[in-house]
Amino acid sequence: MKNNLLMDFSVDRKTNTVNVIREFAADQPTVWAAWTQPEILDHWWAPKPWKSRTKSMEFKEGGRRIYAMVGPEGEEHWAMADYTSISPKDNFKFLDAFCDSDGNINKEMPRSDWNVDFSKKNKTTTVKISIKHDKLEDLEAIIAMGFKEGFIMALGNLDEVLPTRK
Amino acid sequence: MKRDIFQAIADPTRRAILVLIATHAMTPNALAEQFHTTRQAVSKHIKILNECELLNEEKVGREIYYQLKIDKMKEIDQWLEQFRKQWEERFNQLDQILINLKPKNNEE
Repeated sequence: MKNNLLMDFSVDRKTNTVNVIREFAADQPTVWAAWTQPEILDHWWAPKPWKSRTKSMEFKEGGRRIYAMVGPEGEEHWAMADYTSISPKDNFKFLDAFCDSDGNINKEMPRSDWNVDFSKKNKTTTVKISIKHDKLEDLEAIIAMGFKEGFIMALGNLDEVLPTRK
Repeated sequence: MKRDIFQAIADPTRRAILVLIATHAMTPNALAEQFHTTRQAVSKHIKILNECELLNEEKVGREIYYQLKIDKMKEIDQWLEQFRKQWEERFNQLDQILINLKPKNNEE
């Protein structure tokens, strides 16, 4: 499906930050819900044919989400988010990490600092994501964790993602 | 030894060297002056950049001039393009989810 919603992707190499800005055709509470409720998040967070499966999620400051990215062969890559700040419907921040299924952090892998902003614009909602890495090469390590294969396969497959669509 | 291009840009001094030699060829001595550092320290960075195949070198008399191979830097952009597509894919999925969510959430 083609749409005319704005998307901007940029990388600030001085601060090792990836910035993504995207407009969504829904009101702010709905978009906020899609980003913060595990049952909705699991429907879109993983690039096809990977699936996101949340094991536990406590969406509050100091809370944590533990989830797996599950591949087509059933392989699991576990990750977590530690929520550091939440301003309902406007902003939340978290620190991500790779971990095992019990939430033990993999210290070999880099963590990055996420800031997600929501703002209303006419009938759409703009989400601004910034992901700050310690080093630019950390970005590469993260993509090497298995998302790359998933997303390449995904490109032709979009319709299948949408079983609930009429 | 062939290194990964991301090792080149992981270090702030090396990034600064790349910026300088992108516009004109420079000798290690001239670079060392720019950074108030020793010729040895600059040589180490140049060695790494060379192993990343980012440098053109040209000998003029006893001096070696280094200049950036611009094409090589494009690899980074290509890689980032993949990352960008991953986000696009994810958001296209979210668009569909939002269409389905709308009726429910209006009750709130």
